[in-house]
Amino acid sequence: MTQVYDLAHSRAGDKGNTSNVSVIAYNEAGWKLLQEKLTAERVMQAFAHLATGPVQRFELAKLQALNFVIEGALGGGVTRSLAQDVHGKAYSSLIMEIEL
Amino acid sequence: MKNPQHLRIGVGAAFADDRIQPAADLAERGDLDYLVFECLAERTIARENLTRVKFPDKGYTPRLLDRIGAVLPACLKSKIRIVTNMGAANPVGAANAIFRHTEEQNLGSVSCAVVTGDDVSDLLRQQPQLKLMESGEPLESLLPNMASANAYLGADVIVRALETGAQIVLTGRVADPSLFVAPAMHHFGWSYDDYKRIAAGTTVGHLLECGASVSGGCFADPGKKDVDDLARLGFPFADVAADGTAWVSKLDGSGGRVDVMTCKEQLIYEMHDPSAYITPDCVLDVTDLTFFQSGRNRVQFEGARAKPRTPTYKVTVGYLDGYIGIGEISYAGTNAVAKAKLTAAIVQQRLKDSGYKYTEVRIDFIGMSSLHGQVDKRVEPYEVRLRLAMRTDSRKAAEAVGYETRACHVNGPGGGGGGSDPVVREILAVQSVLIPRHLADQQVKVKRMES
Repeated sequence: MTQVYDLAHSRAGDKGNTSNVSVIAYNEAGWKLLQEKLTAERVMQAFAHLATGPVQRFELAKLQALNFVIEGALGGGVTRSLAQDVHGKAYSSLIMEIEL
Repeated sequence: MKNPQHLRIGVGAAFADDRIQPAADLAERGDLDYLVFECLAERTIARENLTRVKFPDKGYTPRLLDRIGAVLPACLKSKIRIVTNMGAANPVGAANAIFRHTEEQNLGSVSCAVVTGDDVSDLLRQQPQLKLMESGEPLESLLPNMASANAYLGADVIVRALETGAQIVLTGRVADPSLFVAPAMHHFGWSYDDYKRIAAGTTVGHLLECGASVSGGCFADPGKKDVDDLARLGFPFADVAADGTAWVSKLDGSGGRVDVMTCKEQLIYEMHDPSAYITPDCVLDVTDLTFFQSGRNRVQFEGARAKPRTPTYKVTVGYLDGYIGIGEISYAGTNAVAKAKLTAAIVQQRLKDSGYKYTEVRIDFIGMSSLHGQVDKRVEPYEVRLRLAMRTDSRKAAEAVGYETRACHVNGPGGGGGGSDPVVREILAVQSVLIPRHLADQQVKVKRMES
């Protein structure tokens, strides 16, 4: 079983109550697989217990990277959230756990 | 060695509590033309506004003098100009504080240019019908609790400040990339319809605005993505040519790494649609952007494009939004998780019996579910730390969360240790609205001040 972690690296950012999580392929083969299999639906499924959604997926083909924009993911945003990780920085490691 | 045709812009801080020494290293041996400090998070201005109400001389970034003091002698010696948003809610107060510092330290005469007018709270009170960007609700509902409203101004006003010739530019709220775009516009005479150059400058700004995040910070994964000497991470600088060609790099001998991987992570950071990243200076499109490793710890990019800036400014509205109370306690060994769950139930029962009201409750088992949730799907760890966080309108109710949690040392299950002191956070929340540029522009002022 291939995990996103084997193919890519990631960083998560926050704006208001929206998280954006990048998935950046290490190489061409990984990029092809991610481009095909890591859909917005797959990411929404992994974040379903944390975010209201929707999830939007953007491609940066020249960088062999995907950018997932996940709405309603930050407990009201950095300034209001009850969470420990108010920025959702650790969401980058959650996307890495997804099995393809 | 620096190419004399290039403009070199370094970053000295990416948030209010960033490390200080890397900025001093850049000032002392970075061959910089400009040193930029970005120290304002979304709610920082709201907090500083409240400070200024109590102490009219304050309201600028609290560690202003630690930062400026660490770099100013080298900046004066090497004629490095400083651009920073550390003016926060009081740029004039920041300039006066710097003047007192330079006098005490016998640093001689210093000039500052201050930018004011980003505070649009009076304007917003007259526009209650404006819609909040995320919820679509009218602004009116926040106005009674509004603590601040600041427009993200652009590079144009910083250029005006640089035109005064002042050594230090102090702003309140401006867009982070604009702090870096402005020196390039000023130095090379770029205008807003040089889309390719404004795109390159904005990309430089976005790559540098998070400081070490492009030079090896926020990146390491031991054994998989290693970074050398993170304890002595060097902050990045950019070399910019007149045509907008640009490179990102860091000082030789500093820790970290600048490569295509670190640059990709930072480029996409806090970006939504990569074909439309909106700043006050342009709408940036990075979908054709590529990075090249052009030397050790040196990366060039090309292909950034931009469309014209929008007719509006984004405004961050800070408002008081009640309290959050937090309590924590730890358990270990056999049945640790069950003990933590029992404590969570006891604390909630006690708070209910006391009649306190909470609008939102969050229970985390640190070591299992505090970051990614789903406690029922996790393997039980040897040790677990219970964390209860609750939202309420009452300070007393917020305090009670921590007191009731810690009381479980004595009144709860056996073996509970490390109960935290009760934490109460007074919440300054933020929302955003858009306002027409001309409304803010007519109140923006640039003033040169001398010590």
